[in-house]
Amino acid sequence: MKKLLTAAVLSAALATPALADTTKVGFIYIGPVGDFGWTAGHDRARREMAEHFGDAVETTIVENVDYGADAERVMTQMAISGTDMIFAASFGYGPDVNSVAGRFPDVAFQHATGYIQDHPNISLYDARFYEGRAVLGHIAGKMTETNTVGYIASYPIPAVIAGINSAYLHAKAVNPDIQFRIIWTYSWFDPALEADAAETLIEQGADVIMQHTDSTAAIRVAEDAGVMAFGQASDMTQFGPNAHLTAIVDNWAPYYISRVQAVKDGTWEAQNSWLGFADGIIEMAPWNDRMPAELQEEADALVAAIAAGEYHPFTGPINRQDGTPWLAEGEIAPDGDLATMNFYVEGITAELPN
Amino acid sequence: MIRLEKRKEPSKFWRIANPFLAVILTMIAGGIMFAALGKDPVAAIRLIFFDPIFSETFASYSRPQLLIKSAPLILIAVGLAVGFKANIWNIGAEGQYIIGALFGAGVALAFFPQPGWYIFPLMILAGAFGGFLWAMIPAILKTRFNTNEILVSLLLVYVAERLLAAMALGLMRNPDQPGFPGSRDLRRYEAAHNAELFANTGIHWGVVAALIAVIFAYVMMTRHMLGFHVQLAGQAPRAARFGGVSPTRLVVICLGISGALAGLAGLFEVSGPGGQVRIEFASGYGFTAIIVAFLGRLNPIGILLAGLLLGLTYIGGELSQMMLQIPGAAIQVFQGMLLFFLLALDFQTNYRIRLTQGARA
Repeated sequence: MKKLLTAAVLSAALATPALADTTKVGFIYIGPVGDFGWTAGHDRARREMAEHFGDAVETTIVENVDYGADAERVMTQMAISGTDMIFAASFGYGPDVNSVAGRFPDVAFQHATGYIQDHPNISLYDARFYEGRAVLGHIAGKMTETNTVGYIASYPIPAVIAGINSAYLHAKAVNPDIQFRIIWTYSWFDPALEADAAETLIEQGADVIMQHTDSTAAIRVAEDAGVMAFGQASDMTQFGPNAHLTAIVDNWAPYYISRVQAVKDGTWEAQNSWLGFADGIIEMAPWNDRMPAELQEEADALVAAIAAGEYHPFTGPINRQDGTPWLAEGEIAPDGDLATMNFYVEGITAELPN
Repeated sequence: MIRLEKRKEPSKFWRIANPFLAVILTMIAGGIMFAALGKDPVAAIRLIFFDPIFSETFASYSRPQLLIKSAPLILIAVGLAVGFKANIWNIGAEGQYIIGALFGAGVALAFFPQPGWYIFPLMILAGAFGGFLWAMIPAILKTRFNTNEILVSLLLVYVAERLLAAMALGLMRNPDQPGFPGSRDLRRYEAAHNAELFANTGIHWGVVAALIAVIFAYVMMTRHMLGFHVQLAGQAPRAARFGGVSPTRLVVICLGISGALAGLAGLFEVSGPGGQVRIEFASGYGFTAIIVAFLGRLNPIGILLAGLLLGLTYIGGELSQMMLQIPGAAIQVFQGMLLFFLLALDFQTNYRIRLTQGARA
């Protein structure tokens, strides 16, 4: 009897026509939505997107999904449950996205900061974080008193390396004595490790901490130690009101809205988008008041110049770390070089893990 | 007045019943937590424990996935349990898992792109050997210099993680993808691919190995002299020594077995579900296996069930996140509850609660 009842309920549920215009959108995150950094940025955009479409979309998330078999399983389960579109919001999901996308050709995949595109249903999207890093570098070069910047880096992948190079070049331009100390954590989100790294860098004389990791730990350490720091991916002011100079804030919402709209319109196609200040996908958090007015103006001007396309952060002459020339006088770095960058620029004394 | 009384013999009934009771208590306490989060507790528990196996939508995919997720946990935990029984504490299975994967992948990458039936068997040998070798470091340090194997094996995990990063960035990096860390995808190299043995069942060589390990460990612990020595050394070390059990030999054997099995788990993962050597290849199986070993009462059959149960909470946990938007942290709390209740209930295996009348000084 019970079985019969279940069957009846089930068939009734199946008989209800699905709302044809409700698009199901799934998100998988490498960190927790409460990281106040990278993942928080994506989830902020998801909520804005969901609000924009109202009942016309249904979103779902799974957080803390490891790269590899776990990611593949979560995305497969999403696809099985009728998800139309999946945003995989971390670099390392590449192989997993490609393996699932091959099996579900009708699902639109959006992979953030990736580079593998084996199937026609995978779009890649990324932000030109190096543009923001240029601004951070400029500010760091002006604000430091010890001429030492501490850099907490995650994985030695092109986006992170380009960020270090951009920050260094612009710090060096305003402060020839600048030194970068770099610690690699091999993790995107590990508050304890990031806090340790920040402490070590401060002990080594750094008075400005830059991070390419997602937690707020370094900001808190910097606040306690009375040094300066930059947030990551989100405005982290509340975790260090004195220390926090600014942050590159990710603003994925307009992009997410346009991509979901494309799926609804049936016009979605695989793309490879690399957007920057000009597209509003990154913006700077409000300058800290401890930055002199003059510096605030310079930073504003730098953002404006990059956004207007008048200035490119990688404009020659730039040499590689080993002294070999990379860009000639006035030459602008091709996107291909930046997207596969695996060398430091001249002047950085640290060694790239290799 | 309530009085606690130590049992003369640990209760056999509670030893078996406790894990089931712990699951029920976890469901109740977890249900209360889900309700407090504003989620339907019945639906949540259903998604975690029931839907991965029985739901029409998910089961055909989740059931094989359950084997894929549980196999490495079981394989590692079976090895650890042998040592734990003898009071030899290998906490560094995660490191042995990584080194096993590196050795196995190393063999594969050395042969790439040659075909050959012998490549995969060689990888299996290399994987087991790698894990064995990494476990021998704490073993030899303990037998020679009497260092603590808990600390040494644990700290070697961090060394192994750095080695993994160095390999993914250097020696084993895919030469066709310069600029990006990670080796070639072994799933695309047929001779090295630990593929499914039967389509859509999830059964790969690692699952087979886990089952064989369970059977072997069971026979060894119940029928073989070595199993008897292990138990004796754990329960009565002095008696064991008088009985001619060499502690040195036992340390080497126990760490060796657990290391080799962890190495095998790593090899099967890197050549199958994991696919490639990447910096973030290790996702904590070696540590979770410690929980599985205890959840399974250090008994091979128990470990088999415990591994499946924990695998179920992982897969069901993801489903409940996806379908009900339960936060990931709540799922972790839920898994923690399971271990907490089990350990708390263990109390009544060894003690009984007596209500006595009148006050006693």
